[in-house]
Amino acid sequence: MEIKINPADGVPIYRQIVNQIRYSVASGLLEPGDELPTIRAFALRLKVTPNTIVKAYEELESAGIVQKRHGSGTFVSGERTRLADWERRRIIEQRIDALLTEAHQLDFSGEELFKLIRRRQALLADSRTENQAKDASGS
Amino acid sequence: MSTLVEVDALSRRYGATIALDNVSLKADVGLVYGLVGANGAGKTTLIKHLLGLLRPHQGQVRVFGLDPVREPVAVLRRVGYLSEQRDLPEWMRLDELLRYTRAYHPSWDRAYADQLLDSFGLDRRKKFSDLSQGMRAQAGLVLAVAHRPDLLVLDEPSSGLDVVVRQDILDAIVRTVVEDGRTVVFSSHLLDEVERMCDHVTVLHEGRVVVQGSVDEVRATHRVSQVRFPRQLDSSPDIEGALSIAGDGRAWSVVHTSALESLREIALRAGGEITESRIATLEEILIARVRRSNRQRQAA
Repeated sequence: MEIKINPADGVPIYRQIVNQIRYSVASGLLEPGDELPTIRAFALRLKVTPNTIVKAYEELESAGIVQKRHGSGTFVSGERTRLADWERRRIIEQRIDALLTEAHQLDFSGEELFKLIRRRQALLADSRTENQAKDASGS
Repeated sequence: MSTLVEVDALSRRYGATIALDNVSLKADVGLVYGLVGANGAGKTTLIKHLLGLLRPHQGQVRVFGLDPVREPVAVLRRVGYLSEQRDLPEWMRLDELLRYTRAYHPSWDRAYADQLLDSFGLDRRKKFSDLSQGMRAQAGLVLAVAHRPDLLVLDEPSSGLDVVVRQDILDAIVRTVVEDGRTVVFSSHLLDEVERMCDHVTVLHEGRVVVQGSVDEVRATHRVSQVRFPRQLDSSPDIEGALSIAGDGRAWSVVHTSALESLREIALRAGGEITESRIATLEEILIARVRRSNRQRQAA
Protein backbone atom coordinates (compact mmCIF):
# COMPACT_ATOMS: atom_id res chain seq x y z
CA MET A 1 0.00 0.00 0.00
CA GLU A 2 1.45 3.32 -1.00
CA ILE A 3 0.61 6.38 1.04
CA LYS A 4 1.61 9.81 -0.19
CA ILE A 5 1.94 12.64 2.28
CA ASN A 6 1.78 16.19 1.08
CA PRO A 7 2.41 18.65 3.92
CA ALA A 8 1.35 21.51 1.62
CA ASP A 9 -2.07 19.96 1.20
CA GLY A 10 -4.92 21.70 2.97
CA VAL A 11 -5.64 18.51 4.92
CA PRO A 12 -3.97 17.48 8.20
CA ILE A 13 -1.43 14.70 7.73
CA TYR A 14 -3.24 12.16 9.92
CA ARG A 15 -6.38 12.79 7.86
CA GLN A 16 -4.45 12.26 4.62
CA ILE A 17 -3.40 8.87 5.95
CA VAL A 18 -6.96 8.04 7.04
CA ASN A 19 -8.38 9.05 3.66
CA GLN A 20 -5.86 7.01 1.69
CA ILE A 21 -6.39 3.91 3.80
CA ARG A 22 -10.14 4.32 3.44
CA TYR A 23 -9.69 4.63 -0.28
CA SER A 24 -7.51 1.52 -0.36
CA VAL A 25 -10.19 -0.42 1.52
CA ALA A 26 -13.01 0.90 -0.65
CA SER A 27 -11.15 0.07 -3.84
CA GLY A 28 -10.19 -3.42 -2.69
CA LEU A 29 -6.46 -2.70 -2.50
CA LEU A 30 -6.76 -3.61 1.16
CA GLU A 31 -8.98 -6.53 2.04
CA PRO A 32 -10.64 -7.62 5.27
CA GLY A 33 -8.07 -9.29 7.49
CA ASP A 34 -5.10 -7.52 5.89
CA GLU A 35 -2.62 -6.24 8.43
CA LEU A 36 -1.57 -2.60 8.51
CA PRO A 37 2.06 -1.66 9.24
CA THR A 38 3.08 -1.20 12.87
CA ILE A 39 3.13 2.36 14.15
CA ARG A 40 6.90 2.39 14.25
CA ALA A 41 7.39 0.99 10.76
CA PHE A 42 4.76 3.29 9.28
CA ALA A 43 6.17 6.39 10.99
CA LEU A 44 9.67 5.56 9.77
CA ARG A 45 8.43 4.95 6.25
CA LEU A 46 6.37 8.12 5.98
CA LYS A 47 8.78 10.25 8.07
CA VAL A 48 6.04 11.52 10.33
CA THR A 49 5.76 11.70 14.08
CA PRO A 50 4.51 8.34 15.41
CA ASN A 51 1.65 10.10 17.15
CA THR A 52 0.22 10.98 13.74
CA ILE A 53 -0.05 7.27 12.92
CA VAL A 54 -1.59 6.61 16.34
CA LYS A 55 -4.18 9.30 15.64
CA ALA A 56 -4.91 7.98 12.15
CA TYR A 57 -5.35 4.39 13.42
CA GLU A 58 -7.61 5.59 16.22
CA GLU A 59 -9.84 7.39 13.77
CA LEU A 60 -9.93 4.37 11.44
CA GLU A 61 -10.78 2.17 14.39
CA SER A 62 -13.61 4.32 15.65
CA ALA A 63 -14.99 4.42 12.09
CA GLY A 64 -14.94 0.60 12.15
CA ILE A 65 -12.52 0.34 9.25
CA VAL A 66 -9.75 -1.35 11.19
CA GLN A 67 -9.57 -3.44 14.34
CA LYS A 68 -6.79 -3.53 16.87
CA ARG A 69 -6.01 -7.00 18.11
CA HIS A 70 -4.24 -7.04 21.41
CA GLY A 71 -0.59 -7.82 21.12
CA SER A 72 -0.71 -8.58 17.43
CA GLY A 73 -1.47 -5.50 15.37
CA THR A 74 -4.01 -3.55 13.38
CA PHE A 75 -6.16 -5.29 10.78
CA VAL A 76 -8.74 -4.28 8.21
CA SER A 77 -12.22 -5.11 9.54
CA GLY A 78 -14.53 -7.63 8.00
CA GLU A 79 -17.48 -5.44 7.05
CA ARG A 80 -16.22 -4.40 3.70
CA THR A 81 -19.34 -4.05 1.54
CA ARG A 82 -21.27 -1.71 3.79
CA LEU A 83 -18.22 0.46 4.27
CA ALA A 84 -17.34 0.38 0.61
CA ASP A 85 -20.76 1.66 -0.49
CA TRP A 86 -20.64 4.50 1.94
CA GLU A 87 -17.03 5.25 1.08
CA ARG A 88 -17.48 5.04 -2.68
CA ARG A 89 -20.19 7.62 -2.40
CA ARG A 90 -18.13 9.93 -0.23
CA ILE A 91 -15.23 9.83 -2.67
CA ILE A 92 -17.35 10.52 -5.72
CA GLU A 93 -19.26 13.28 -3.93
CA GLN A 94 -15.98 15.06 -3.17
CA ARG A 95 -15.14 14.99 -6.87
CA ILE A 96 -18.59 16.24 -7.79
CA ASP A 97 -18.33 19.14 -5.37
CA ALA A 98 -14.98 20.17 -6.86
CA LEU A 99 -16.45 19.93 -10.36
CA LEU A 100 -19.49 22.01 -9.41
CA THR A 101 -17.31 24.73 -7.90
CA GLU A 102 -15.15 24.86 -11.00
CA ALA A 103 -18.17 24.91 -13.30
CA HIS A 104 -19.64 27.77 -11.32
CA GLN A 105 -16.42 29.76 -11.59
CA LEU A 106 -16.33 29.17 -15.34
CA ASP A 107 -19.97 30.28 -15.62
CA PHE A 108 -21.51 27.00 -16.68
CA SER A 109 -25.13 26.56 -15.65
CA GLY A 110 -26.23 23.31 -14.00
CA GLU A 111 -28.12 22.33 -17.15
CA GLU A 112 -25.07 22.89 -19.39
CA LEU A 113 -22.93 20.86 -17.02
CA PHE A 114 -25.33 17.89 -17.08
CA LYS A 115 -25.39 18.00 -20.88
CA LEU A 116 -21.60 18.03 -21.00
CA ILE A 117 -21.37 15.12 -18.59
CA ARG A 118 -23.77 13.04 -20.70
CA ARG A 119 -21.86 13.89 -23.86
CA ARG A 120 -18.52 12.91 -22.32
CA GLN A 121 -20.04 9.73 -20.98
CA ALA A 122 -21.34 8.78 -24.43
CA LEU A 123 -17.92 9.47 -25.96
CA LEU A 124 -16.18 7.36 -23.35
CA ALA A 125 -18.66 4.52 -23.81
CA ASP A 126 -18.09 4.62 -27.59
CA SER A 127 -14.33 4.47 -27.32
CA ARG A 128 -14.61 1.62 -24.83
CA THR A 129 -16.74 -0.50 -27.19
CA GLU A 130 -14.36 0.35 -30.00
CA ASN A 131 -11.39 -0.81 -27.94
CA GLN A 132 -13.16 -4.00 -27.01
CA ALA A 133 -13.96 -4.64 -30.64
CA LYS A 134 -10.31 -4.02 -31.51
CA ASP A 135 -9.15 -6.38 -28.76
CA ALA A 136 -11.57 -9.03 -29.95
CA SER A 137 -10.48 -8.78 -33.58
CA GLY A 138 -6.80 -8.59 -32.63
CA SER A 139 -6.74 -11.79 -30.60
CA MET B 1 1.14 12.96 30.91
CA SER B 2 4.21 14.21 32.71
CA THR B 3 5.94 17.45 31.84
CA LEU B 4 9.60 17.33 30.91
CA VAL B 5 10.34 20.92 30.02
CA GLU B 6 8.74 23.97 31.50
CA VAL B 7 9.71 27.42 30.32
CA ASP B 8 7.77 30.16 32.02
CA ALA B 9 7.72 33.80 30.88
CA LEU B 10 11.37 33.68 29.81
CA SER B 11 12.99 36.94 28.68
CA ARG B 12 16.53 37.63 27.59
CA ARG B 13 18.37 40.62 26.16
CA TYR B 14 21.67 40.91 24.36
CA GLY B 15 22.53 44.53 25.02
CA ALA B 16 19.70 46.56 23.53
CA THR B 17 18.42 43.63 21.46
CA ILE B 18 15.53 41.62 22.85
CA ALA B 19 16.36 37.99 22.11
CA LEU B 20 13.44 36.44 23.97
CA ASP B 21 10.39 38.26 25.23
CA ASN B 22 8.04 36.51 27.64
CA VAL B 23 8.35 33.05 26.05
CA SER B 24 6.60 30.07 27.61
CA LEU B 25 6.74 26.45 26.51
CA LYS B 26 5.72 23.18 28.06
CA ALA B 27 6.94 19.87 26.68
CA ASP B 28 5.34 16.58 27.69
CA VAL B 29 6.83 13.11 27.47
CA GLY B 30 6.58 11.24 24.19
CA LEU B 31 5.93 14.14 21.85
CA VAL B 32 7.92 16.04 19.24
CA TYR B 33 8.13 19.81 19.64
CA GLY B 34 9.08 22.14 16.81
CA LEU B 35 10.56 25.61 17.09
CA VAL B 36 10.04 27.65 13.98
CA GLY B 37 11.03 31.15 12.95
CA ALA B 38 13.34 33.21 10.78
CA ASN B 39 17.04 33.56 11.60
CA GLY B 40 17.35 35.67 14.72
CA ALA B 41 13.86 34.82 15.92
CA GLY B 42 15.24 33.41 19.17
CA LYS B 43 15.20 29.64 18.54
CA THR B 44 18.83 29.00 19.41
CA THR B 45 18.67 31.32 22.43
CA LEU B 46 15.69 29.38 23.75
CA ILE B 47 17.48 26.07 23.19
CA LYS B 48 20.58 27.33 25.02
CA HIS B 49 18.40 28.10 28.03
CA LEU B 50 17.09 24.54 28.04
CA LEU B 51 20.67 23.29 28.23
CA GLY B 52 21.64 25.70 30.98
CA LEU B 53 24.11 27.49 28.69
CA LEU B 54 22.35 30.78 29.34
CA ARG B 55 20.92 32.13 32.56
CA PRO B 56 17.39 33.58 32.27
CA HIS B 57 17.23 37.35 32.70
CA GLN B 58 13.60 37.00 33.59
CA GLY B 59 11.31 34.04 34.01
CA GLN B 60 12.14 30.45 34.77
CA VAL B 61 13.36 27.31 33.01
CA ARG B 62 12.89 23.79 34.37
CA VAL B 63 14.04 20.60 32.69
CA PHE B 64 13.09 17.34 34.44
CA GLY B 65 11.90 19.67 37.21
CA LEU B 66 15.46 20.99 37.68
CA ASP B 67 17.14 24.31 37.00
CA PRO B 68 19.65 23.50 34.20
CA VAL B 69 21.93 26.38 35.22
CA ARG B 70 22.24 25.18 38.81
CA GLU B 71 22.22 21.45 38.15
CA PRO B 72 23.84 21.00 34.75
CA VAL B 73 25.16 17.50 35.39
CA ALA B 74 21.83 16.06 36.46
CA VAL B 75 20.10 17.67 33.49
CA LEU B 76 22.66 17.13 30.74
CA ARG B 77 23.09 13.46 31.61
CA ARG B 78 19.56 12.92 30.35
CA VAL B 79 19.77 15.27 27.36
CA GLY B 80 21.09 14.65 23.86
CA TYR B 81 22.07 17.75 21.93
CA LEU B 82 23.07 18.49 18.37
CA SER B 83 24.01 22.10 17.79
CA GLU B 84 23.57 23.87 14.50
CA GLN B 85 27.32 24.34 14.06
CA ARG B 86 27.84 20.70 15.06
CA ASP B 87 30.96 21.94 16.79
CA LEU B 88 33.22 18.94 17.05
CA PRO B 89 36.89 18.88 18.02
CA GLU B 90 38.65 19.01 14.65
CA TRP B 91 41.83 17.35 15.89
CA MET B 92 40.08 14.30 17.34
CA ARG B 93 39.23 11.05 15.65
CA LEU B 94 35.64 9.86 15.72
CA ASP B 95 36.44 6.79 17.83
CA GLU B 96 38.35 8.96 20.30
CA LEU B 97 35.42 11.28 20.81
CA LEU B 98 33.04 8.34 21.10
CA ARG B 99 35.17 6.83 23.87
CA TYR B 100 35.46 10.18 25.60
CA THR B 101 31.73 10.89 25.47
CA ARG B 102 30.85 7.36 26.52
CA ALA B 103 32.85 7.83 29.72
CA TYR B 104 30.48 10.58 30.78
CA HIS B 105 27.35 8.58 30.12
CA PRO B 106 26.65 5.45 32.17
CA SER B 107 23.60 4.82 29.99
CA TRP B 108 25.64 4.71 26.76
CA ASP B 109 24.29 2.03 24.43
CA ARG B 110 27.27 0.68 22.51
CA ALA B 111 25.27 -1.63 20.30
CA TYR B 112 22.99 1.23 19.27
CA ALA B 113 25.97 3.52 18.56
CA ASP B 114 27.64 0.83 16.45
CA GLN B 115 24.46 0.12 14.57
CA LEU B 116 24.04 3.81 13.70
CA LEU B 117 27.69 4.27 12.73
CA ASP B 118 27.51 1.24 10.44
CA SER B 119 24.25 2.31 8.84
CA PHE B 120 25.80 5.71 8.10
CA GLY B 121 28.95 4.02 6.84
CA LEU B 122 31.15 6.25 9.02
CA ASP B 123 34.84 5.49 9.31
CA ARG B 124 35.59 5.64 13.04
CA ARG B 125 39.29 6.28 12.47
CA LYS B 126 38.83 9.53 10.59
CA LYS B 127 39.53 12.89 12.14
CA PHE B 128 36.66 15.36 12.28
CA SER B 129 38.64 17.77 10.13
CA ASP B 130 38.44 15.14 7.35
CA LEU B 131 34.68 14.63 7.55
CA SER B 132 32.17 16.21 5.18
CA GLN B 133 29.25 18.33 6.41
CA GLY B 134 26.90 15.36 6.14
CA MET B 135 29.27 12.99 7.96
CA ARG B 136 29.76 15.52 10.75
CA ALA B 137 26.01 15.75 11.18
CA GLN B 138 25.73 11.96 11.29
CA ALA B 139 28.57 11.71 13.80
CA GLY B 140 27.02 14.49 15.89
CA LEU B 141 23.75 12.63 15.81
CA VAL B 142 25.30 9.39 17.09
CA LEU B 143 26.94 11.33 19.92
CA ALA B 144 23.59 12.95 20.75
CA VAL B 145 21.45 9.80 20.87
CA ALA B 146 23.70 6.89 21.91
CA HIS B 147 23.15 7.43 25.63
CA ARG B 148 19.40 7.13 24.98
CA PRO B 149 18.53 10.56 26.34
CA ASP B 150 15.07 11.29 27.75
CA LEU B 151 15.16 14.60 25.92
CA LEU B 152 16.69 15.04 22.48
CA VAL B 153 17.38 18.65 21.46
CA LEU B 154 18.33 19.42 17.88
CA ASP B 155 19.11 22.91 16.66
CA GLU B 156 18.49 23.18 12.91
CA PRO B 157 19.49 19.54 12.38
CA SER B 158 18.85 19.69 8.64
CA SER B 159 20.58 22.92 7.83
CA GLY B 160 23.06 22.56 5.00
CA LEU B 161 22.48 18.83 4.56
CA ASP B 162 21.54 16.81 1.53
CA VAL B 163 18.32 14.81 1.33
CA VAL B 164 19.90 11.50 2.35
CA VAL B 165 21.45 12.74 5.59
CA ARG B 166 18.26 14.65 6.39
CA GLN B 167 16.38 11.36 6.20
CA ASP B 168 18.85 9.86 8.70
CA ILE B 169 18.14 12.69 11.10
CA LEU B 170 14.38 12.33 10.73
CA ASP B 171 14.70 8.57 11.25
CA ALA B 172 16.59 9.19 14.48
CA ILE B 173 13.82 11.49 15.70
CA VAL B 174 11.12 8.93 14.94
CA ARG B 175 13.11 6.15 16.59
CA THR B 176 13.73 8.24 19.68
CA VAL B 177 10.05 8.90 20.15
CA VAL B 178 8.73 5.51 19.11
CA GLU B 179 11.14 3.24 20.91
CA ASP B 180 10.88 4.46 24.41
CA GLY B 181 8.46 7.34 24.47
CA ARG B 182 11.16 9.96 24.70
CA THR B 183 10.78 13.62 23.89
CA VAL B 184 12.27 15.69 21.08
CA VAL B 185 12.62 19.45 20.76
CA PHE B 186 13.97 20.64 17.44
CA SER B 187 14.23 23.88 15.58
CA SER B 188 13.98 24.12 11.84
CA HIS B 189 13.32 26.54 9.08
CA LEU B 190 12.10 23.69 6.86
CA LEU B 191 8.40 23.94 7.51
CA ASP B 192 7.31 20.83 5.69
CA GLU B 193 9.69 18.90 7.92
CA VAL B 194 8.14 20.44 11.02
CA GLU B 195 4.68 19.74 9.68
CA ARG B 196 5.46 16.05 9.29
CA MET B 197 7.61 15.48 12.32
CA CYS B 198 6.11 17.61 15.06
CA ASP B 199 3.15 17.12 17.33
CA HIS B 200 3.44 20.63 18.66
CA VAL B 201 4.82 23.83 17.19
CA THR B 202 6.01 27.16 18.57
CA VAL B 203 6.44 29.96 16.07
CA LEU B 204 8.87 32.65 17.23
CA HIS B 205 9.28 36.05 15.68
CA GLU B 206 11.74 38.60 17.05
CA GLY B 207 11.86 36.81 20.37
CA ARG B 208 8.13 36.51 20.83
CA VAL B 209 5.77 33.57 20.47
CA VAL B 210 3.37 34.41 17.66
CA VAL B 211 1.63 31.03 17.39
CA GLN B 212 1.78 27.98 19.64
CA GLY B 213 -0.16 24.74 19.89
CA SER B 214 -0.54 21.27 18.47
CA VAL B 215 0.24 21.24 14.75
CA ASP B 216 -3.22 19.97 13.84
CA GLU B 217 -4.87 22.57 16.03
CA VAL B 218 -2.76 25.45 14.73
CA ARG B 219 -3.46 24.43 11.15
CA ALA B 220 -7.15 23.86 11.75
CA THR B 221 -7.60 27.35 13.21
CA HIS B 222 -5.96 29.08 10.23
CA ARG B 223 -7.55 29.05 6.80
CA VAL B 224 -6.57 30.31 3.38
CA SER B 225 -9.55 31.50 1.38
CA GLN B 226 -9.64 32.81 -2.17
CA VAL B 227 -11.90 35.83 -2.54
CA ARG B 228 -13.01 36.98 -5.95
CA PHE B 229 -14.37 40.40 -6.80
CA PRO B 230 -16.52 41.31 -9.81
CA ARG B 231 -14.10 44.07 -10.81
CA GLN B 232 -10.42 44.76 -10.44
CA LEU B 233 -9.30 46.35 -7.20
CA ASP B 234 -6.39 48.78 -7.16
CA SER B 235 -5.52 48.16 -3.54
CA SER B 236 -6.08 45.24 -1.22
CA PRO B 237 -9.68 44.91 -0.02
CA ASP B 238 -10.62 45.70 3.54
CA ILE B 239 -11.43 42.33 5.06
CA GLU B 240 -11.99 42.36 8.77
CA GLY B 241 -10.14 39.75 10.79
CA ALA B 242 -7.72 38.87 7.99
CA LEU B 243 -4.15 38.06 9.07
CA SER B 244 -2.86 38.79 5.61
CA ILE B 245 -4.25 39.62 2.20
CA ALA B 246 -2.30 39.07 -0.98
CA GLY B 247 -3.14 39.22 -4.64
CA ASP B 248 -4.18 41.72 -7.25
CA GLY B 249 -7.04 42.64 -9.54
CA ARG B 250 -10.02 40.38 -8.95
CA ALA B 251 -8.46 37.51 -7.06
CA TRP B 252 -7.19 37.86 -3.50
CA SER B 253 -5.87 35.26 -1.12
CA VAL B 254 -6.77 35.77 2.53
CA VAL B 255 -5.23 34.04 5.56
CA HIS B 256 -7.64 34.19 8.49
CA THR B 257 -8.44 32.62 11.83
CA SER B 258 -12.13 33.53 11.68
CA ALA B 259 -14.66 30.84 10.84
CA LEU B 260 -15.32 30.33 7.15
CA GLU B 261 -18.95 31.39 7.49
CA SER B 262 -18.12 34.71 9.09
CA LEU B 263 -15.45 35.42 6.48
CA ARG B 264 -18.01 34.63 3.79
CA GLU B 265 -20.28 37.34 5.19
CA ILE B 266 -17.44 39.84 5.58
CA ALA B 267 -16.31 39.18 2.00
CA LEU B 268 -19.85 39.56 0.76
CA ARG B 269 -20.14 42.93 2.46
CA ALA B 270 -16.91 44.00 0.78
CA GLY B 271 -18.45 42.94 -2.54
CA GLY B 272 -16.50 39.69 -2.97
CA GLU B 273 -17.21 35.98 -3.04
CA ILE B 274 -15.20 33.09 -1.59
CA THR B 275 -14.35 30.68 -4.39
CA GLU B 276 -12.14 28.29 -2.44
CA SER B 277 -11.11 27.69 1.15
CA ARG B 278 -8.85 25.20 2.90
CA ILE B 279 -6.79 24.92 6.08
CA ALA B 280 -3.48 26.74 5.92
CA THR B 281 -0.01 25.19 5.85
CA LEU B 282 2.52 26.14 8.53
CA GLU B 283 4.41 28.13 5.94
CA GLU B 284 1.39 30.23 5.08
CA ILE B 285 0.66 30.75 8.77
CA LEU B 286 4.24 31.77 9.54
CA ILE B 287 4.41 34.26 6.67
CA ALA B 288 1.02 35.78 7.51
CA ARG B 289 1.89 36.10 11.19
CA VAL B 290 5.31 37.62 10.57
CA ARG B 291 3.95 40.14 8.06
CA ARG B 292 1.21 41.12 10.44
CA SER B 293 3.62 41.52 13.32
CA ASN B 294 5.87 43.71 11.14
CA ARG B 295 2.89 45.84 10.09
CA GLN B 296 1.84 46.31 13.70
CA ARG B 297 5.36 47.37 14.65
CA GLN B 298 5.52 49.87 11.81
CA ALA B 299 2.15 51.28 12.80
CA ALA B 300 3.22 51.68 16.44
